[in-house]
Amino acid sequence: MTNTKPPFWRDDRFWRITGQLIAVFLALAIVAMLWGNLNRNLQQLGIQFGFGFLNQQASFDIGETPIAYQPTDSYSRALWVGLINSLRIAILGIIFTTIIGVIAGIGRLSDNWLVRNIMAVYVEVFRNTPLLLQLLFWYFAVFLSFPKIDNKITLGGFVSLSQNGIETLWFNLSPEFAALLLGLTFYTGAFIAEIVRGGIGSVPKGQWEAARSLGLKPSSIMRLIILPQALRVIIPPLTSQYLNLTKNSSLAIAIGYPDIYFVASTTFNQTGKAVEVMLVLILTYLTLSLTISLIMNLFNRRVQIRER
Amino acid sequence: MRKSTLILGASLIFAIAACGGNTAQTTNTSNTSADRWDTVKSRGQIICGVSGEVPGFSFVGTDGKYSGIDVDVCRAVAAAVFDNPDAVEFRNLNAKERFTALQTGEVDILSRNTTWTLSRATSVGLEFAPVVFYDGQAIMVRKNSNIKSLTDLKDKAICVQTGTTTEQNLADQMRKRGITYKPVVFEDVNVTFATYAEGRCEAVTADRSALVSRRTTLPKPEDNVILDEVISSEPLAPAVAKGNGKWRDTLTWVVYSLIKAEELGINSQNVAQLATSNDPDVKRLLGTEGNLGEGLGLTNDFAAKAIKHVGNYGEIYDRNLGPKTALNLPRGQNQQWTKGGLLYSPPFR
Repeated sequence: MTNTKPPFWRDDRFWRITGQLIAVFLALAIVAMLWGNLNRNLQQLGIQFGFGFLNQQASFDIGETPIAYQPTDSYSRALWVGLINSLRIAILGIIFTTIIGVIAGIGRLSDNWLVRNIMAVYVEVFRNTPLLLQLLFWYFAVFLSFPKIDNKITLGGFVSLSQNGIETLWFNLSPEFAALLLGLTFYTGAFIAEIVRGGIGSVPKGQWEAARSLGLKPSSIMRLIILPQALRVIIPPLTSQYLNLTKNSSLAIAIGYPDIYFVASTTFNQTGKAVEVMLVLILTYLTLSLTISLIMNLFNRRVQIRER
Repeated sequence: MRKSTLILGASLIFAIAACGGNTAQTTNTSNTSADRWDTVKSRGQIICGVSGEVPGFSFVGTDGKYSGIDVDVCRAVAAAVFDNPDAVEFRNLNAKERFTALQTGEVDILSRNTTWTLSRATSVGLEFAPVVFYDGQAIMVRKNSNIKSLTDLKDKAICVQTGTTTEQNLADQMRKRGITYKPVVFEDVNVTFATYAEGRCEAVTADRSALVSRRTTLPKPEDNVILDEVISSEPLAPAVAKGNGKWRDTLTWVVYSLIKAEELGINSQNVAQLATSNDPDVKRLLGTEGNLGEGLGLTNDFAAKAIKHVGNYGEIYDRNLGPKTALNLPRGQNQQWTKGGLLYSPPFR
């Protein structure tokens, strides 16, 4: 009994722990090497690594400022303005794209031939063209072809469209903001439509038949029976699409909307601090994305149907 | 089975890390001791960062050939070092990546209509060579808009390209005058001017030379006018990365030699016969007397090679921005000091 204990290098647990320790050590060693290399090269060029530049004067103007901002404010204030602009797009974008995606997804399953095919064309066209092209199209072909402010088009007396954007009684939207919002909404909406369609398709046919035999209207069937069950399947990929929309909003720089990526770019170009600015950007997008994931995961847990 | 894959995996990672460590070591030693000059000499070719989208400064023609003042500066350096103006590889860089490309060593020279400022020379880690073009920022508006000065731009939209001194200068000047305006900022220079052409902005601002060159690409160039108001001074100079003193000296004195050559009346046609002239200044510049090239690690006739292959400053200017080109920019401040301009070379002695 006493000499049946195997030597330690034949013990599985030893290798498992050692293997993990080696992997962690190697990962840390690689990171340390890269970090040391970076520091050496920066010193060679006489550049200091540090975030002190955030307190320097920004000296550049930003086109859309939801909070008060002057060129005499610091870079960190400019980055806050950019972040709020990004949040505006992300939040409104997520709301609108969900609405459009769900409508398009349900529409593709409609019995009406026209509705079904229009939605199919929408999904195929918007899914299969690059987002940057779509944004440029919205900006140049739609919003910039509106007439100038002097001969603006008025709809219903309270909305007017011109090259300065969309003006209503309550708010003004610049053409850059509108083009980015609509471009992102319709692009992501096409993907969400397919996810919704797949989710609805995952509900067993028996549920439809049972609901119809109970005499429910089609809209009640969808609302009370099908969608609650489809949500289980829809929500995880839906979260991915929300994250895609948030990250794709960084294309704002192509059509002149000052989001966080744009402000960080200008900061980087004026201060030359490539690594620090990239770190700030990575942390920002990571925080945004993790927040969205967290909220969606809580929502997911609530709507999960527990099988009996 | 599990153990052996684990050992295999661990040793693979170790091997990769070791290789990474080796290259880090060698780059480190080459960075601290070798000047970029040695790297270029051993490569036999210069890698030159340009824009490629600014006619007159660096532009790729339909035949794939590069032309412009910035391009000619690099070719002059190649001629001086290798006696071959085509020993250059050009890389197109946009306004955002240009400094990183130089800092990381991806290009040897940044010759990309870059303004010489204090912060760029210090915290961005660039070392500038002499100014090759004295420019200034200006504003272009439509003729029928009746905008005559900056104050007329109150509450109007102005198109500008991101990441350049242009943004800051515009903000400074408007702040000085207390005028509010709306900047519409784009990453791509083509999108900037296209948006102005569509009418979204009442004005577009950039360096005067860039405005003149881009105006030729607008649908109706004659409908646009560049205001006389000067927003800032923009001395455009080529640059190398900090810590490469020898390489910077080479670039500096090749540029000065082109300026000095015009002052002394030497051009690509007469450089051969002027090598035997009686003027000691001419002889020293062209290398038939003295040994000025040795201090730079080049042959004594390095300036003669540059002038022969590319021409003196005046020839370079005329070829790219002169009266026979579409741009036709008057020399203005970019004239020799003997004629009232700002071009002044220290003596070749």
